Amino acid sequence: MSNWIEACAADDIDEEDVIRFDHDGRTFAIYRSPDDEYFATDGVCTHEQVHLADGLVMDEIIECPKHNGRFDYRTGEAKGAPVCVNLRTYPVKVEAGKVLIAIG
Amino acid sequence: MDTGMVIIGAGESGVRAAFALREHGYAGPVTLIGAERHLPYERPPLSKEAMAADDPQAKTIADHQRLVEHGINLISETTATAVDRHARAVRLGDGSSLAYERLLLATGAAPRRLPFDHGPRMAYLRTFDDALAIRRHLRPGRPIAIIGGGFVGLELAAAARRLGAEVTLIEAQSRILKRGVPEEIAAVIDARHRAEGVKLIIEDGIADMSENSACVVIQLTSGRRLEADLAIIGIGAVAVTGLAQAAGLAIDNGIAVDEYLATSDPHIFAAGDCCSFPLALYGGRRVRLEAWRNAQEQGTLAAKNMLGMGEDKDGGEPHRFVPWFWSDQYDLGLQIVGLCDEGSHVVRRDMDNGAFILFHLAHDGRLVAASGIGAGMTVARDIQLAEMLIAKGVRPDAEKLVSLATKLKTLLAA
Repeated sequence: MSNWIEACAADDIDEEDVIRFDHDGRTFAIYRSPDDEYFATDGVCTHEQVHLADGLVMDEIIECPKHNGRFDYRTGEAKGAPVCVNLRTYPVKVEAGKVLIAIG
Repeated sequence: MDTGMVIIGAGESGVRAAFALREHGYAGPVTLIGAERHLPYERPPLSKEAMAADDPQAKTIADHQRLVEHGINLISETTATAVDRHARAVRLGDGSSLAYERLLLATGAAPRRLPFDHGPRMAYLRTFDDALAIRRHLRPGRPIAIIGGGFVGLELAAAARRLGAEVTLIEAQSRILKRGVPEEIAAVIDARHRAEGVKLIIEDGIADMSENSACVVIQLTSGRRLEADLAIIGIGAVAVTGLAQAAGLAIDNGIAVDEYLATSDPHIFAAGDCCSFPLALYGGRRVRLEAWRNAQEQGTLAAKNMLGMGEDKDGGEPHRFVPWFWSDQYDLGLQIVGLCDEGSHVVRRDMDNGAFILFHLAHDGRLVAASGIGAGMTVARDIQLAEMLIAKGVRPDAEKLVSLATKLKTLLAA
């Protein structure tokens, strides 16, 4: 059973950008890709306690603002040192201008 | 099979190189020699508020399992005593000898020392054990003296204040962070430390230091006298070059390497704090960087060139990174990308809540550095973009750099 949560309005996020979404004590990062697709991952870097939403989105990559750990935000894949643990990702859908994420 | 790759120094650069050798498919023996008793750990937290925890833990870079999985043989608590270039072997402190196909020197840097007898109340910070020893003295209401207004001293001052210690920081120069940090940014940090209750003594030197069972006594050149439970000395670091020097390798403010990170012996490379190298971005200016990311980048690059480069440098990949540095003090985050002193003029981008970024432009309008400070990660994203602009050699419109209406990302496409 997916638990769909409304995270933000679709146009709250610029293209090729990210915002932070806090829910129930957890932090997520919601992305809008250059191709206008939406993705969601855990909001904190797997290397250190740093919010990814303060980082930079370039194409399909989110770069951590602190130590430049890079992840593919579509899959959560860690792209090399200093990060070696993948980010958890969450299903996303856009309905009626709202971004919904399924948090397990 | 070849005799293997040997890395001297199990810090950030050496460990990164060891893993990078495997990432590049190297299947021979990889040996990592470390002087400390701990598993490899990250050094940046040692001076920061992480040390204010009740029971500070080292942030391990690689645990036993990861080392084993990658076939990296870590020899801890062992010092390399000599490099025999002719035999291509490293001699170890226990008298044994280790042959190498390629050798990486990642020996790091050591604290610059004051010429006074060094007892338990005069501390230098380099290792986790040093940090633990300092931590024991940081107690509410107890006086701590910090000598040197560089990053180590300032970060420790913030950590000590968090624990309630009474901190006096003494800087010999006319301001803190004189080397490499613009005055406007240093002023923000200076003001914050004063607001947090640090006593800053600027432009005063250390005439004498001595200690007894109760305290350390510091005599300043101005005639002032201080007593403290502990004096922490953070007056810079020097490259550890003894092995390289004894082996006859070229030394130039560190182990001198070329743009491929090869020393004057093509079988020996150096990476991280211990080496000086030509920075392509600034016309080959030779620099030595003491920075975490540089240690990572150079470790990775050295590994690649140890494997893929012939003695005539064919197949080598040159260094072309932009220097990057950060510091955390209280909730302030500082980031600097590029070398600020390469700039001839500065434009300032003011952001929310007092955060700002200085863009350092060369005579020809090229962006050569950016330095920013603000709460938390405020400046991080724009500093990352500045790094890309610097790497691309962009000559950005100064008005656009100043205006928050312009997203820096749009300047990349130009």
